[in-house]
Amino acid sequence: MLKKLPNFEVFEGLRQANIWIDNFSQAQPELWTAAMSVTLEDPRIVEFDVRTDEMLVNMGPQHPSTHGVLRLLLRTDGEIVNEVTPHLGYLHRSAEKIGENLSPVQWIPYTDRMDYLAGMNMNLGMSLAVEKLIGMELPEKAVVLRVLIAELNRIASHLVGMGAYGLDLGTFSPFLYAFREREIILDLFEEACGARLTYSYLTVGGATHDLPSTIPIPPGLASLTHRSPNMKVSWLEGVSMFLDWLEPRIKEYHTLLTRNHIFIKRTAGLGILSREDAIDYGCTGPVLRGSGVDWDLRRDGDPIYTKMYEGFDFDVPVAPFKDAPREAVLGDNWCRFYVRMMEVAQAIRLVRQAIEKYPTAEGAHRVAHKMATKLPKDECYLETECPRGAMGFYFVGNGEVNPLRARAKSSCFCNLAPTAPLCEGFLLADIPAVVGSLDIVMGEIDR
Amino acid sequence: MNAEEILNLLVEEFGSDKITGSNLEAIDPWVEVAGESIEEVAHFLKTDERLQFDHLNNLCGVDYFEPDEKKQAKFGHEPHVEVVYHLSSYSVRHKITIKVCVPRWKDDQKGELPEVPTVSGVWKIADWHEREAFDLVGINFVGHPNLNRILCAEDWVGHPLRKDYEFPLEYHGIRAK
Repeated sequence: MLKKLPNFEVFEGLRQANIWIDNFSQAQPELWTAAMSVTLEDPRIVEFDVRTDEMLVNMGPQHPSTHGVLRLLLRTDGEIVNEVTPHLGYLHRSAEKIGENLSPVQWIPYTDRMDYLAGMNMNLGMSLAVEKLIGMELPEKAVVLRVLIAELNRIASHLVGMGAYGLDLGTFSPFLYAFREREIILDLFEEACGARLTYSYLTVGGATHDLPSTIPIPPGLASLTHRSPNMKVSWLEGVSMFLDWLEPRIKEYHTLLTRNHIFIKRTAGLGILSREDAIDYGCTGPVLRGSGVDWDLRRDGDPIYTKMYEGFDFDVPVAPFKDAPREAVLGDNWCRFYVRMMEVAQAIRLVRQAIEKYPTAEGAHRVAHKMATKLPKDECYLETECPRGAMGFYFVGNGEVNPLRARAKSSCFCNLAPTAPLCEGFLLADIPAVVGSLDIVMGEIDR
Repeated sequence: MNAEEILNLLVEEFGSDKITGSNLEAIDPWVEVAGESIEEVAHFLKTDERLQFDHLNNLCGVDYFEPDEKKQAKFGHEPHVEVVYHLSSYSVRHKITIKVCVPRWKDDQKGELPEVPTVSGVWKIADWHEREAFDLVGINFVGHPNLNRILCAEDWVGHPLRKDYEFPLEYHGIRAK
């Protein structure tokens, strides 16, 4: 982008000679050309031309757009950010140290509090890691139940991700719509396990309870679909009714946000993370797929995990997208956001298939597992595809009930690592757009 | 490539001086590498065309130690600290676990952190993972560009994931008990 800028020396000369003409550019075109002789390619260079003092600004830990308690130390020159240093640890609760002093089943409630927007997925990842360590096989019914629950939680988590990202960019309504939808999922989860946020529902050996047979219809769903609030439905019917209502709404979110001109201007072509950098920084999940790496652990992961999704039909959305706006570049904010939106549609597909399979699935919803089961003298590491990326659990057993080491490798921790190179050189106002597109949850980063 | 082929390739390239052990029977097969040569082995693992381990899934430290004397006989491990690297490859689709074993304290001087060369020059994400391992387990990654605490406060004393870590009774006037 070329921009003509005034050459202040020429103007100063004219001013001192008391020359000033109203219609300057037309009356004396040659002088005008001389006066506007400085040509710059990048408008941001103006900022360096008018040099201001560098300033250190703390963004966070209480800033709303840092999604929790992240502190970004910014070195700014006017509106330009020259250096970004993330400071973590404000939500560190020593989860790994606690895990060493508890049996794995007792540790499950602590995993809920890691990615608190996707508690079910955290429970699932941890349970699977323990099952891999002790070599446990699950009946079909428990597996289908897990897919159903985990994908439903993925929808809820991406809805918050979408709403909160809109909020970061200054639009409030998508957030309200997202929470209206999410509320119904939380009501359904509450009927299934009693909790709305920290579920501890999926556990070693399956799930703590079977799905309830009849439930009162979630109030939000009743009012949205104009049904009687006293209606009773089966849990699975409730989910189907909700999905039937949600699916046509996705188009509305795209109109409201994804295809919104202002939204595209704020996201497309900004915060570009190249494919190589995404791999080198260990990014996973939508951040990796937004940079064009076709990798989803539900399809490419550990056999114990991919086995769960056998017989399920789903696609893995990967950038670049054919229907992307012209301004979008591979690996930018818009691509990362769009991967999440496409994943919601895929999750709906998966939940629908699970609903169909569940009534005829064989076996029980859980295998008996004693809380005080001794872990073998071995170790295992397992990653699962959580909404925000690959969450890994690493257990070292030593013939005791408590593991010698319980490690939770956070996906957001790695996704946050490229913040500094992504944000450098951008305007201050674009920092929330870049950080928000990484969709971080501090509870998972700090553990 | 399966774990056995990867092990053979590493032994062929570096010899048994640098590849000091392995366990192919484990759930996740692992290869043990001598501490001082981890950086060149890591570089080889990433750049070799047959291996192409471009993704560092996880890096963490493990403290093998039983502080209770009565339980030490049953514990079954010599006291040491391990750094565990979980690697996988997007292009070749295989994975391996690499381990480095170091003594719990450098030169048996309690408080002197054991040293392991950094791999942050090989995988960029290792930078943060190593900072975390330094912070929580207490391993000095030699050559790391910015080895500071990442999760605990800057003035925190001790490394919490050490088995003989003593919980502080007081921090800036906040009493723990």
